[in-house]
Amino acid sequence: MTVFSGWGSRARGLFADNKSPWGPVSGPGEDEPPREGPRSPWSDPDRGGQSPSGGGATNSLEDLLRRGRERLGGGGGRSGGGGGFELPSGGLMVWVGLALVAAWLVFTSFHSIAPEERGVVTTLGRYNRTVGSGIGLTLPYPFERMQKVDVENIRNVDLGSTGTETLMLTGDQNIIDIAYSVRWNIRDPELYIFKLQNPDDTIEQVAESAMRAVIGTVTLNDAIGQRRGQIEAQVQENMQRILDHYQAGVLVQGVAIKQADPPAKVNEAFKDVTAAQQEAASYINSANAYSLQLRQKALGEAGAFDRIYAQYKLAPEVTRRRMYYETMENVLGKVDKTIIEAPGVTPYLPLPPAGRSATTPPAVQQGAAK
Amino acid sequence: MGAITRRPILAAMIALIVLVAIRLSFIVVPETKMALIVRFGAPNRVLGQSQAGINWRIPFFENTVWIDKRVRDVDMEQQQVLSTDQLRLQVDAFARFRVIDPLRLYIRARSEDRVSQALRPILGSELRNELGKRSFASLLSPEREGAMENVQRGLNRVAAQYGVQIIDVRIKKTDLPEGSPLESAFERMRTAREQEARSIRAEGAKRAQIIRAQADAEAAQTYAASFGKDPQFYDFYRAMQSYQTTFLGDGQTKPAATQIIMSPDNEFLRQFRGGAAR
Repeated sequence: MTVFSGWGSRARGLFADNKSPWGPVSGPGEDEPPREGPRSPWSDPDRGGQSPSGGGATNSLEDLLRRGRERLGGGGGRSGGGGGFELPSGGLMVWVGLALVAAWLVFTSFHSIAPEERGVVTTLGRYNRTVGSGIGLTLPYPFERMQKVDVENIRNVDLGSTGTETLMLTGDQNIIDIAYSVRWNIRDPELYIFKLQNPDDTIEQVAESAMRAVIGTVTLNDAIGQRRGQIEAQVQENMQRILDHYQAGVLVQGVAIKQADPPAKVNEAFKDVTAAQQEAASYINSANAYSLQLRQKALGEAGAFDRIYAQYKLAPEVTRRRMYYETMENVLGKVDKTIIEAPGVTPYLPLPPAGRSATTPPAVQQGAAK
Repeated sequence: MGAITRRPILAAMIALIVLVAIRLSFIVVPETKMALIVRFGAPNRVLGQSQAGINWRIPFFENTVWIDKRVRDVDMEQQQVLSTDQLRLQVDAFARFRVIDPLRLYIRARSEDRVSQALRPILGSELRNELGKRSFASLLSPEREGAMENVQRGLNRVAAQYGVQIIDVRIKKTDLPEGSPLESAFERMRTAREQEARSIRAEGAKRAQIIRAQADAEAAQTYAASFGKDPQFYDFYRAMQSYQTTFLGDGQTKPAATQIIMSPDNEFLRQFRGGAAR
């Protein structure tokens, strides 16, 4: 019965401890013995068996040490014949046991938490607190556990890798080949560990679902073209909303569409559209060139005429004559001429060979100047 | 006390058994789980449903069944949905659920995995029924959010029988089935692009033509404004230019050799004959 009452008091002490928010700060020295109690059946049955024979609860580490020393030196002291047979090695075993206890305390109570990590502490299974980076103190192992969670590291999920085709239907019932990635990190480490059975898979599924939902509302041209940024923002927002609904404790940092192309099978047709645009542009360019040329030519000719006309106006008859003679000189000076003096006489005409002369211009007739 | 000192080994063994019994009589329920305490095969109580922590149970008589408290998923196999306009769509969806009544879950299905298995075909058929009421276009549209709520409601009715609650149903994929539906979609996209390409070319040609015509018109206007001041002089002026070009070429190409036979009556030869008046 003393065993039970002893255990009971320990357990009560334990609970009292847990209720105090300052549990781990109060120092390991005072809290140890009760904690050691439940553990003893497995870790060190010898000592567990020993405590009833010791007759009462061990209340502090000092107590334990003192008793260990007594046993070591005094050959058992109060324990009497019970532990007698293990005396020679018993002392050593106590020391080894104490060393183990000390190691256990150090390794399970002190946690170094990296700058990017948070430590989620559970006290007897129940979530107790989340501690920041640095040295985190907890009660030793079976009472408090700490899970370190990397909250700063931004994770990247790639969906629809660029090598393979991931086809999605757009709102206008076209098909798009898309590759995107989602960056996220953990916002609430305790939610992240406790609320979802499979957070990483969930994020992937939600990302795919959100992306397809958004792509399903836009047209193919929008998805390929300028609305990418808008789509990314919308997917991010949707994902965050869904994940918050799951209490995933995850923050979606961003969604990046790496590739949004028409499927390979229709890519040629899409390229042809681009080619058509280029061609259309080149049609227009050459028309513009023609237009410029023609207008300049018109202006040039009109300008020339205007100037000559201005001179002609000053002396119409003379100018007209001068121009006529100058032209005739120019023309007749450089071609073969035959003049038929007497009317009715038909001389031998040295006409050029047929074919070449088919377009021989007719004789300059009178009245050209009129 | 005297008995203990007299028979230490027996005492130690008894103590050990007692300690093990004590250890077995409390149970630490983590945040992620609930413990269903089963006494002689009959579910007795649930620990840790609202709060994790330490609890007591009677060792050896009561067993513990662990049930996951976290949100779990039901991943459906791909379903082919036939829309009202007889088009086929390959749909992949998932549902998320949470155990709310572990006792019922244990009695009806024993474990969460089996609930998940039981819900999978039901999710499939609910989805097929619900989406089958819609046209193909609305399957792709945001309107399908409403469909998902109906599916969730339908699925929840079944889920409640297993003591679980569906918190979300979502379509992951909607794809055209491989083969002819997909191919014909590609074909439609291809022809649509071809149409677009042609119309772009035609549009370009049209604009080019208009630009040229505009230029022609402007040139004509320029000419008319200038030459129209004296059509007679223009006729003369232009004729002079024309003779030069016709007989001598425009400086780039040489015209065919020209021979001119002139009558003495020719205007040019007027002075040649002695300046007789016309």
